[in-house]
Amino acid sequence: MKKPRVDVEANHRLLTRRAAVLGGLQLAFVGALGARMQFLQVDQADQFRLLAEENRINIRLIPPSRGEIFDRNGVPLARNVPSYRIVIVREDAGDIEETVAKLGQLVSLDPDEVERALTEMKRSAPFLPITFADEVSWDDLSRVSVNAPALPGVTPEVGLSRVYPFGSDYAHVLGYVGPVSDYDLERIEDPDQLLRIPRFQIGKVGVETKLEENLRGKAGARRVEVNAAGRIMRELDRKDGIAGSDMQLTIDSKLQSYVQARLNGESASAVVMDTQSGDILSIASAPSFDPNLFVRGISSRDYRSLTENKYRPLASKSVQGTYPPGSTFKMITAMAALEEGLIGPDETVYCPGHMTVSGRRFHCWKRGGHGWVDLETSLKRSCDVYYYDLAVKVGIEKITAMANRFGLGERHDVPMSAVAKGLTPTKDWKRRTHDQSWVVGDTVNASIGQGFMLASPLQLAVMTARLASGTAVTPRLIKTIDGIEQPSGAGESLGMNENNLRKMRRAMYAVVNDRRGTAYGSRIIEDAVRMAGKTGTSQVRNITAAERARGVTRNEDLPWERRDHALFVNFAPYEDPRIAVAVIVEHGGGGSKAAAPIARDITLQALYNGDPPLEAYPTKDRDRIETQQEVLRGIRPEANIAGRDQA
Amino acid sequence: MSYLEYTVKHVPSGPKKIFYLNWPLAVLLAAVAGVGFLMLYSVAGGSFSPWAEPQMKRFAMGFVLMVIVAMVPIWFWRNMAGVAFAGTLLLLLGVEFFGTVGKGAQRWIDLGFMRLQPSELAKVTLVMILAAYYDWLPSHKKSRPFWVLIPVLLILIPVAMVLRQPDLGTSILLLAAGGGIMFIAGVHWAYFATVIGAGVGLVAAVFQSRGTEWQLLKDYQFRRIDTFLDPASDPLGAGYHITQSKIALGSGGWTGRGFMQGTQSRLNFLPEKHTDFIFTTLAEEFGFVGAFSLLALYALIILFCVVSALSNKDRFASLLTLGIALNFFLFFAVNMSMVMGLAPVVGVPLPLVSYGGSAMLVLMLAFGLAQSAHVHRPRQSY
Repeated sequence: MKKPRVDVEANHRLLTRRAAVLGGLQLAFVGALGARMQFLQVDQADQFRLLAEENRINIRLIPPSRGEIFDRNGVPLARNVPSYRIVIVREDAGDIEETVAKLGQLVSLDPDEVERALTEMKRSAPFLPITFADEVSWDDLSRVSVNAPALPGVTPEVGLSRVYPFGSDYAHVLGYVGPVSDYDLERIEDPDQLLRIPRFQIGKVGVETKLEENLRGKAGARRVEVNAAGRIMRELDRKDGIAGSDMQLTIDSKLQSYVQARLNGESASAVVMDTQSGDILSIASAPSFDPNLFVRGISSRDYRSLTENKYRPLASKSVQGTYPPGSTFKMITAMAALEEGLIGPDETVYCPGHMTVSGRRFHCWKRGGHGWVDLETSLKRSCDVYYYDLAVKVGIEKITAMANRFGLGERHDVPMSAVAKGLTPTKDWKRRTHDQSWVVGDTVNASIGQGFMLASPLQLAVMTARLASGTAVTPRLIKTIDGIEQPSGAGESLGMNENNLRKMRRAMYAVVNDRRGTAYGSRIIEDAVRMAGKTGTSQVRNITAAERARGVTRNEDLPWERRDHALFVNFAPYEDPRIAVAVIVEHGGGGSKAAAPIARDITLQALYNGDPPLEAYPTKDRDRIETQQEVLRGIRPEANIAGRDQA
Repeated sequence: MSYLEYTVKHVPSGPKKIFYLNWPLAVLLAAVAGVGFLMLYSVAGGSFSPWAEPQMKRFAMGFVLMVIVAMVPIWFWRNMAGVAFAGTLLLLLGVEFFGTVGKGAQRWIDLGFMRLQPSELAKVTLVMILAAYYDWLPSHKKSRPFWVLIPVLLILIPVAMVLRQPDLGTSILLLAAGGGIMFIAGVHWAYFATVIGAGVGLVAAVFQSRGTEWQLLKDYQFRRIDTFLDPASDPLGAGYHITQSKIALGSGGWTGRGFMQGTQSRLNFLPEKHTDFIFTTLAEEFGFVGAFSLLALYALIILFCVVSALSNKDRFASLLTLGIALNFFLFFAVNMSMVMGLAPVVGVPLPLVSYGGSAMLVLMLAFGLAQSAHVHRPRQSY
């Protein structure tokens, strides 16, 4: 079968043509591949190089250790202690069930926790350590370490955990730390990457949160090369973090513990301040709670018992609680009048037990009246009518302005949570918020610290310190940060007539030391440390006509939550004031009976830097005080550094 | 022109034949294989095991096989075309019943000493049978419907069987190679226009079928197409391969990160780094220069085959050589498109570079046939 030559030639030409077409297509495709290569490898090289680096390099944060907090004498108040946990690495553990069973024989494992850990382990890469037991005791840890050969893949890990050695004594001052929550992350703008570390602790309340920036420190970082499964192949470099700043509070831990113990059993608050420097030596609120519970994660039962307690342990009464200052406000009204020159040297007012102002009758606390009273007597015996009379003369503007100069109605700059502003009312304020115009009766109420007037224990302490020093001293809670002394709270002179201030101080001295003074029962008889003060009793509500008809006239007959608040402010020593104290006992009844004794004990404790000699007390009180001192020594906690066994 | 017309005395005979081999082609093949050894050594973290050493042995075997096949006269291979094709079909049938399942597909027959992948063999035998068919067919009949239908069936039977395994990549390669030979053989262009038109229609139908009962592709195949079209949609799931492969390629830059310095492959970000995605390692470590050089080597191999084919007056020989060249082209073109994100991931290895025995031996066998055509080409009497 021979093909014609022509046919063969024609066929080959066609074949060549077709092959050329196909070859051309192939060449075009090769060109396209080359162009793609050039596009990916040359044009976009930088971008892909970056992506490759991102693939390869992981940044692992190294959490810094949190700054520790000490009292003014260097006693630790918030520390970091090693906390141990037991982790298992799946790829090293072999038979995981068996390993966990063996581990369970050595330490007690929470079945729920084990369940959770096993699930987590299934989901994550085999080389990642999974926590099986947290907060392991040293004994358990040693048992695990000793048996390490029988427990493949089981390793103890050490972390740092926050501990408050004094437990409840500083709950309201320091607050507490806790793991970062989703809520925290939402709240913080541009959160530090650190906060994304699981179980990282940040301040939640109090100094811990207010000075979070100083305490937290800066994260260190490890740059590591990882493979596709996330396993670390090698460390490229490491930059250690900067530990948080240590700080010192102005608080004297011995005094703080005493005050907290002295307030025990009451719903009360006390503030002790240095009259010159403004250092807060103690700031207490009772009842309190153990912040260590919150660090570990509080059980709902414990939490409920805190929220359901009618004494409100969670409330920080010293700065957050505002109360009508009652008669402790009378110094302000008097100062306003004195500075205006409205009280003559021998001027007296007649108190018949009541006074009628624009048709309304205002009663003195003493129904029978005080008779003729001058300034000193009015304060000493706490005559209300005298101040009603002053109020009408001075007017609310002057009173409020004077209150503000003494630090009332001002949000003092202390790094604690929910610091209240209190309230010093003005005509404008009433029109704005109540849509009513100011009436002279309001001024009368304000003059004795009732009505709209509200102040916190801290504000009352500042007011008293300013009266005692004559300077615009401001409270200071932080003594040093990183060893650097923080600005003192010492202030400029208030610019008031020194004679007027001296008159007030003498009147306050009389309140405590004059036989007819309202706080005579709480006097100090040691001359070097005599104190001057003022009682206050602020009404929570009026006794109604119906109750009066039933015969309820005495505070003690009312249910607890409707009884009057007891207040007392004082400074000491009278001759050379060093400390100012404010005490409030919620629903405690009269200031002279409930608050003044506490203030005296605290004052002596502060001035003697420990239990005072019984000779400082009047003879008849000494036996009682001796017993009390003994009892309180029993209550006061020894600093519990480990902080574990404290309920 | 049949082999009877060969002037036998003008064809080299005996051991002398070895000098008439297409040596430039052989050197190019060895060079490409050498690139393969280098890369396999690199992806194993600088070690000859587990990949580079077996690969070298296989290439040596393949090279010997190529020379042996080349020594056998081309007319013998032409006569064997029918037998070889029938044998391949039987093996494909065998896969149906005795095949080994791997990666969701039934592709191999375990012969004990090696695992044979009949679909690889089909690439060669299909080219042989088509070349033999058009050599035999009188040229005026080649565009008549009946005589067009026969090669179409010859193509579709193995394609259908491979598709059942299922192996979409290889069936597309078979279809393209078969169609290419028909085109070169001179079948009227209108047929191709029709088929391409129908193909576009089919693609539309395939997408239409998605989610219905008569779905034409497996779900994973659809997913691959999806991620090909938009790899960013699922960077950690199905799009992972393409995304990581592009990162590796791109991070190579002009000159690459250096031998064994490619982080993407060394740290396992690349999938299948020793087989289908080995090109990315080359591109990462040797950059644009390295990657383009390999492409140039491939293009040269094609060029030498085409030159050899066109200078060969024997119709079977030139069709066979062009068919093999086309197959080879499709191999690397599809693989490179795939790793560069121009085509969906269909599982086609990079010829002579990717680790794999079956593919390498079949490829060397095919080049043996091309060499035989070159050695035994009809020569003018000098």
